[in-house]
Amino acid sequence: MSVPFYVSPEQLMRDRADFARKGIAKGRSAIALQYADGILFVAENRSPALHKVAEIYDKMAFAAVGRYNEFENLRIAGVRLADMRGYSYDRRDVTGRALANAYAQTLGAIFSSGGEKPLEVEILVAEIGGSAAEDQIYRLTYDGSIADVRGYAVMGGPAEQVADYVGEHYQEGISLAGALRLAVDALGHDGTEVRQLTSDQIEVAVLDRTRTQVRKFKRISVETLERILSESRPAEDATEESKDSTPAEEASATSAPADDAPVAPAADDVPIAPPEEPDDDRPL
Amino acid sequence: MTFDASGRLPEAFLIPGGSSFMDFLAGHAPDLLPGRRSLGSADFSHDVPHGTTIVAATFPGGVVMAGDRRATMGNIIAQRDIEKVFPADEYSAVAFAGSAGFGIEMVRLFQVELEHYEKLEGATLSLDGKSNRLSALIRGNLAMAMQGLAVVPLFAGYDEDIKGGRIFSYDPTGGRYEETHFHSVGSGSLFARGALKKLYREDLSATDCVTVVIQSLIDAADDDSATGGPDMLRRIFPVVGVVTADGYQRLPEDEVAAIVDSVWAERHQRPDGPASASLT
Repeated sequence: MSVPFYVSPEQLMRDRADFARKGIAKGRSAIALQYADGILFVAENRSPALHKVAEIYDKMAFAAVGRYNEFENLRIAGVRLADMRGYSYDRRDVTGRALANAYAQTLGAIFSSGGEKPLEVEILVAEIGGSAAEDQIYRLTYDGSIADVRGYAVMGGPAEQVADYVGEHYQEGISLAGALRLAVDALGHDGTEVRQLTSDQIEVAVLDRTRTQVRKFKRISVETLERILSESRPAEDATEESKDSTPAEEASATSAPADDAPVAPAADDVPIAPPEEPDDDRPL
Repeated sequence: MTFDASGRLPEAFLIPGGSSFMDFLAGHAPDLLPGRRSLGSADFSHDVPHGTTIVAATFPGGVVMAGDRRATMGNIIAQRDIEKVFPADEYSAVAFAGSAGFGIEMVRLFQVELEHYEKLEGATLSLDGKSNRLSALIRGNLAMAMQGLAVVPLFAGYDEDIKGGRIFSYDPTGGRYEETHFHSVGSGSLFARGALKKLYREDLSATDCVTVVIQSLIDAADDDSATGGPDMLRRIFPVVGVVTADGYQRLPEDEVAAIVDSVWAERHQRPDGPASASLT
């Protein structure tokens, strides 16, 4: 007669958490950043079709990293929940908090049940309010833990390294172009070598409070993205040159105010998504 | 509707399926679909509010849709400021004539259907695809249509492929018919269509097209007791939606008022509206 091996509950949970964490760390990072008029999402994603960031409802968006099939299923469930609530009650009764709770319960139940493998995903549920102070970003991990985030959130890949970079340069009330530049730079600072990501390697979307439509989610096209990035690049090059010439400044880079220059150069205030361009204002 | 008591996403939400919200409701919450209710065998045609006249007309680069503001219940005016023209999504408009309660419910469901598809698929349906979904919705309502609760919608939108507006009409069994240039449905539609025939030209500007459509609604109200004319005392004017490459726009109240006022002033001179310059 065979005797089953005893595995302590602590060990079991640790193993499952390690399994999920490893899967998530294999991917590339995604960032959500609060800017003056809403929330910006930037994810490193080479596929133009398989999205990591998506619309859920009027003021809500979803971002995820990890296994595509698993988070796609969660996204669809989220859209169904939101549309169902909106149809049964009213559009205003669809809230990020309710959706984040449903996700947390679902992820938690799957994580602790012995029968299913834990989901290798980390997700963000973001909701914009009337002002930046009312914005909400919920970060959910594979085990169902939920955190209410302020300012910015990074997940997937070497998330800590990227988050450190964002943390050093992030300011409240940053402009959209500034936030975009910061996020793209941060995604490049994910290893020992600094990479310069191009517009076709990233996926960008915003929840924009200033949009006149009821649905505030908008994807930013590669063309618009290229324009913004090339407009803010000369300013950055200039700063880098000045950095090279003054090594002392570079040494104190973390605290020097000059280091903020590439984040929000003067040219950054160019509106990124002018509403008068109908092509850019298409839904999704 | 069933939301899981544990707070988890209900199992049905996580099952892979199609991109149709209607199909999802049919499987998960069929009682939310308008056509699934049993009404017995009574005739309801005079007991519930009915919406009346809707018109639509195309112009180069878009389409105009407008509806009067009256709902009737038999010989009673049930509501004098009802709205029957709605955006279906960013590039299309839908309006209904017939049973008002079901019409409004149908429009809401249709709006969610289009938005749901768009979010799940990451792409919008083609204009033909949208018009076929509306057919399916009407077909589900057939049993009620037979009891006097028919809803007859009119659907119009901007078609990216032809860079212009298109109009679709329906019958209570879900039949879908594409109309050229203009169409009208509802109790006053015969009179409206007659007026459109005489006033419509293919090269109308957007503003002139709106004027023609308003003329036709006034003619409908002139001869059909169930269609409401412009209410000059309460300043209640038709709802006018315009769909172009820039999307759906409901014409602001003051712009509609300005057009109605000028048409009304002319009608003081000639109550039957503008006369044709030529008889041949």
